[in-house]
Amino acid sequence: MSTQSLEPKYTEAQYSEVDQYQPATRTGRISNYVDQRVGGTGLVREFGRKVFPDHWTFMFGEVALYSFLITVVSGAFLTFWFDPSMASTQYDGSYAPMQGVEMSMAYATALELSFDVRGGLFMRQLHHWGALMFVMAMAVHMLRVFFTGAFRKPRELNWVVGCALLVAGLGAGFTGYSLPDEVLSGNGLRIIDGMLKAIPMVGTYISFFLFGGEFPGDEVIPRLYSLHIFVIPAVILILIAVHLFMVVVHKHTQYPGPGRTERNVVGYPIGPVYAAKAGGFLFVVFGVLALLAGLFQINALWNYGPYDPSPVQAGTQPDWYIGWFDGVLRLMPGYIGDIPLEFVLPTPWGGNSVALPVLIPMIPITVLLLGLFVWPFLEAWITGDKKEHHVLDRPRNAPGRTAFGMAMMVWYFVMWGAASSDLMATHFSLSLNDVIIWLRVLFFLGPILAFIITKRICLALQRKDREIVLHGNEAGVIEMLPHGEFREKHNRVNDYELFTLVAYESPEVTPARPNAKGKVSLLEKSRAGLNRVFFEDRVAPVSREEYLEALSHDHHESSAALPAAASAQLESSKH
Amino acid sequence: MKALSQQRRHPLAAVALLLLGLLLTGGLYAAATSVNEAQASNVPDAYSASDVEEGERLFVANCATCHGINAVGSDAGPSLVGAGAAAVDFQVGTGRMPMQMSGPQAQEKPAQFNDEQTMQLAAYVASLGAGPSVPEDEYLDASEGDISRGGELFRINCAMCHNAAAAGGALTEGKFAPALAGVESKHIYEAMVTGPQNMPEFNDSNIPADDKRDIIAFLKNNESQGVPGGFALGSLGPVSEGLLIWTLGLVLLIGSMVWLTSRSS
Repeated sequence: MSTQSLEPKYTEAQYSEVDQYQPATRTGRISNYVDQRVGGTGLVREFGRKVFPDHWTFMFGEVALYSFLITVVSGAFLTFWFDPSMASTQYDGSYAPMQGVEMSMAYATALELSFDVRGGLFMRQLHHWGALMFVMAMAVHMLRVFFTGAFRKPRELNWVVGCALLVAGLGAGFTGYSLPDEVLSGNGLRIIDGMLKAIPMVGTYISFFLFGGEFPGDEVIPRLYSLHIFVIPAVILILIAVHLFMVVVHKHTQYPGPGRTERNVVGYPIGPVYAAKAGGFLFVVFGVLALLAGLFQINALWNYGPYDPSPVQAGTQPDWYIGWFDGVLRLMPGYIGDIPLEFVLPTPWGGNSVALPVLIPMIPITVLLLGLFVWPFLEAWITGDKKEHHVLDRPRNAPGRTAFGMAMMVWYFVMWGAASSDLMATHFSLSLNDVIIWLRVLFFLGPILAFIITKRICLALQRKDREIVLHGNEAGVIEMLPHGEFREKHNRVNDYELFTLVAYESPEVTPARPNAKGKVSLLEKSRAGLNRVFFEDRVAPVSREEYLEALSHDHHESSAALPAAASAQLESSKH
Repeated sequence: MKALSQQRRHPLAAVALLLLGLLLTGGLYAAATSVNEAQASNVPDAYSASDVEEGERLFVANCATCHGINAVGSDAGPSLVGAGAAAVDFQVGTGRMPMQMSGPQAQEKPAQFNDEQTMQLAAYVASLGAGPSVPEDEYLDASEGDISRGGELFRINCAMCHNAAAAGGALTEGKFAPALAGVESKHIYEAMVTGPQNMPEFNDSNIPADDKRDIIAFLKNNESQGVPGGFALGSLGPVSEGLLIWTLGLVLLIGSMVWLTSRSS
């Protein structure tokens, strides 16, 4: 207890002055009334002055937030009519091809929403398009954060929160996809059921626990509904709050540029311009989604019919973000040569079957998802970088990371694309078997090729940057010198551009170091190996000496002075 | 009987017996062949002998290379004996036959023969052996069908290859189930009866004629009712939806982002 805290901060006179303060205008009176009761001034002062840098790539997170809000609002509308019950009923709504068909209440009310509730189909399509956009925006946002290195210290934990949001988003999407209880979503659930049952020993129990007995049972839809409208949205909301709070705490990152340092943020304050822009952007996102919902059909559930475990339909796919689960299952062979990959594990109670064709595909999924969570820590460990980073990397200036990110993206794309192998076959007149074989090849080769090619492209772009710094941009003008030599004129970049091109960190390889006992551990050796992969090919930024040297070349060349003199004349003739 | 027993040793008895035998054999043979001819020319009553004759001429000129003279088949094509008029009407009527090139599956193309020639070819193939005939109009009248029953039958029997919205789907090795929009009712029926290409055969004990009509009614209703909810994106399900959000959706978003963050200068 310090004595200072006992001293009053304000005098009695100051308090009474605040109490008696009478604003002159009506707006002033209203805001004063509110402020005296909820103390908004502090909040506005804190958040309203928060500076955000202005760049279009920084807005994907906003898109995710807004599409989530729109999905929540449209979803609330849907709950007024949707009945998540698997009780059997006979459809008697206005969609003729379903009349008299026996179906669950869930499917019947989903049809009712589509055909008999005014605006229901629009709201359903808005909800579904919003969900697709929500996950897409999160994915693109994460790619931006990854490739610019925005996840580095101090933002690693916020990246983890973001990964959790992505997983929660997948969960929200999948539970929603399964609710209408038509053949498409039922098939999706059947695959999940199969994946659960493939887990050795406990799989069947987990499946029976989820479905309340043997698949499909009559309990899974209500359970998914609770998850979909209550548990998962609550989790997402909490995570969003944490995510945004941490953004405020960390301050926003910024792209490299003149005047931008690790100690400042260059941009606009939230109030009033940025708040207006962001608020307006909510309506832009709403508009885009409404346009899609109004013009394009999504999940035409009246085509699929009520769920029945027997039929499977051509073109059965999950929504895009679950596609890679489906795709990787399609890639996995059931046999290698004549050897079946499924076998029975002998156990005292009679044996458990081990479905490797379902279990092995879970490996790349687990690797990618876990890798996403641990990447910031992994990268920091490899690079040994313990500094704070508020200025972003241009992707080319971190060739190792960019190449690794592209490799993982290609890996994901192959799995994702495999989910539409049948449509690739029909629409490009290919053999389905060939498509799968090629995708299997790409599954292994694609990431490696992507890594090599991306790294080479990054290094080439860095060399181009060096070239521009040292010699300037090609002007497209061919000059003839007095002695007859031809050469292309180069324009030097201005100081602002120059800053961006030279001000970046370019770490060198840090070899394995012995620990306190003087031994180089295996872990340290692998760290050094990865570090070498990251940094051994390196294009250093132009140093001050190099630049001055290049400038001095310019001065020796008398011809460079000629156009300068000509333009000076032009300038003076204008006046 | 007494007269017969008295006359049996008559010198002309052997001659009479021979005559009788010849007459009977000849008559039976004549009767038998005329029955065969009658079957050939009027297997379904609709065809005349000249249709069969003209059909054979067309067959020899256009089909026999693969299906063989007399349509008994060759290494390049199957025997058509017993294929029936319905199969010919479907394959030739939709342009699948004569095949443009060999491949995993005969491709649909503009029909090479007119209706009359198609009928004549069908008559010829029907004359080779009994097979499914061209369906009667009463089973093609979509207005008589029960669309919700047809929908159930379609989803159980057809949607696994043809897609729930009849948009088509892939089979193995480059084969595929085509989209069904715009296919004539007659051809839908014939396809079910004859199982062309890789399609299984749905005979009348599997799906009775009335049920086939229900399926046709369901498909025709799908075409005529329009698409609820906007453009159907090919009715291909989540893949085309995902493609749209990643193309049009993303482009619209990025466009507005660039616009919002651009400086007014």
